[in-house]
Amino acid sequence: MQISKDKFQLVGTKISEAEKISKPSLSFWKDVFIRFRKNKLAMFGLVLLAILIFMAIFGPYMTEYDYATNDLTNKNQEPSSEHWFGTDDLGRDVFARTWEGARISIFIGVAAALIDLFIGVLWGGISGYKGGRTDEMMMRFADVLYGVPYLLLVILLMVVLGQGLGTMILAMTITGWINMARIVRGQVLSLKSQEYVLAAKTLGANTSRIMAKHLIPNSMAPILVTMTLTIPNAIFTEAFLSFIGLGLTPPLASWGTMANDGLPAIRYYPWRLFFPAIFISLTIFAFNVVGDGLRDALDPRLRK
Amino acid sequence: MAKYIGKRLLYMLISLWLIITATFFFMRIAPGNPFTSEKQLPPEIEANLNAHYGLDKPWYAQYGDYLLKVVKWDFGPSFKYKSQTVNDLISEGFPVSFILGMEAILLAVAFGLILGIIAALKHNKWQDYTAMIIAVAGISVPSFIMATFLQYFLAIKMGIFPVARFETFMHTILPALALASTPMAFIARLTRSSMLEVMSNDYIKTAKAKGLSQGVITVKHAIRNALLPVVTYMGPLTAGILTGSFVIERIFGIPGLGAHFVTSITNRDYTVIMGVTVFYSIILLASILLVDIAYGIIDPRIKLAGGKKGE
Repeated sequence: MQISKDKFQLVGTKISEAEKISKPSLSFWKDVFIRFRKNKLAMFGLVLLAILIFMAIFGPYMTEYDYATNDLTNKNQEPSSEHWFGTDDLGRDVFARTWEGARISIFIGVAAALIDLFIGVLWGGISGYKGGRTDEMMMRFADVLYGVPYLLLVILLMVVLGQGLGTMILAMTITGWINMARIVRGQVLSLKSQEYVLAAKTLGANTSRIMAKHLIPNSMAPILVTMTLTIPNAIFTEAFLSFIGLGLTPPLASWGTMANDGLPAIRYYPWRLFFPAIFISLTIFAFNVVGDGLRDALDPRLRK
Repeated sequence: MAKYIGKRLLYMLISLWLIITATFFFMRIAPGNPFTSEKQLPPEIEANLNAHYGLDKPWYAQYGDYLLKVVKWDFGPSFKYKSQTVNDLISEGFPVSFILGMEAILLAVAFGLILGIIAALKHNKWQDYTAMIIAVAGISVPSFIMATFLQYFLAIKMGIFPVARFETFMHTILPALALASTPMAFIARLTRSSMLEVMSNDYIKTAKAKGLSQGVITVKHAIRNALLPVVTYMGPLTAGILTGSFVIERIFGIPGLGAHFVTSITNRDYTVIMGVTVFYSIILLASILLVDIAYGIIDPRIKLAGGKKGE
């Protein structure tokens, strides 16, 4: 086959065109969002979480029954069109109690995570940034506290301080913040020797500004992941404590206390145990899956 | 190595001392004294009781006594059951818990490894997805819920296993399964990711290039190295099995130490709560230390620099 020269045409080059960026630039968080959206399991978890939070907010208003009102003529009713999830041994509506429990569980999880975040970022940030003896002392303190078995300490505190929502969150956060502090410290240690921190220092920024404007925002990814994975842990701990009789006191409903109440009657009235049990598992599942998805999306290198 | 173990032992002792001290002062600030639940006692008898249990001494003397007793492995009497000491409870309940715990650890490690290895070998195929969904479910369903489900469906509804008690081997299967479910899921995930990492190493390619079969490569080269992170997990695993046993033993009516512990919490039997807490802490800290030392022996690449990691 003959190819003649006139079939070709000189296009020429334009320097300005060659350097043109044709795709819109992606910010870090947009990129994360795109990666997260591709993860089907994580998206499923996010939708599940949205439904659970929606029901925690509006669920108690969907039924005419109150979560704390006893109705002894209607106790241990099977799930029906009247009582959607049945009733318990005092005739209380399990549907209303389940969503009241959702509020408490999610509240405990988020509150514990926020307190851990606050103490952990402060402790880890100062320890990592100051370095030297301060770092050594602060981290040794954390190490010793970390050696104390978590659940045993929580149980001990609940026994001594008495049951209640506040005590429970306090008990969980006493050793809970250490994990966050370690992660923040590690981040700060590796970030503080970067050039932009030096630049900020030369420009006269003080420590708190460098922390707030440079170090913490750049550590956001692992902080966020740790937080999302703290929440299911706290929800589990609440359910566990309530299940061994150290949780909230009636008439407050939490999933753990409901499961605890339902256990002796499992043979005859299994729904009293199953509804809270299913929703504890679903909530922990949703938070875990979202946390995993977030970790993969924030740090693609970790993705396997 | 010796220096590392010494340093770790020191930290362990400090942590333990912290726990013992905490339990002691908690016991003092806890509402009520051990005899409040009884009928109003004549003051002479109460004074006698206090003298008998050493409660009439000043707090520092009591604290010293308590420390000394723990060192001598004496956790004191139970205030609720006059004839029993905490030591009795431990020697009676712990063997049962130990058998159950060992069975659960074996189950968790065996099935966790199998699931993880299958998932890694069939990476991104349906076997992988199935194994990982099982693993996420195992992590999400708390052990006490798994226990009630197993009990309801397999024992009450289908009658395959006995519902409760602790007599024959059949009685141990359901509680051990329930205890093992969460750690099994963790091990499966750990094994999978470390297998994937190991499989991408050059020496695996070399093994393939020299014509070894997939099976030989997996067994001889990959698994051995992939096991290392699983070994580190053995410490937290012990902790999980231990705390899991509190609820599992209660659900299945097993007379182990965990069940005694929960009963003592309900009864507010302070000496038992404190004694068992200290006992559990000793076991936990010792097992974590053992695991760390074993890790250093198994993997010579690890330099035990005494907590200087990340610096």
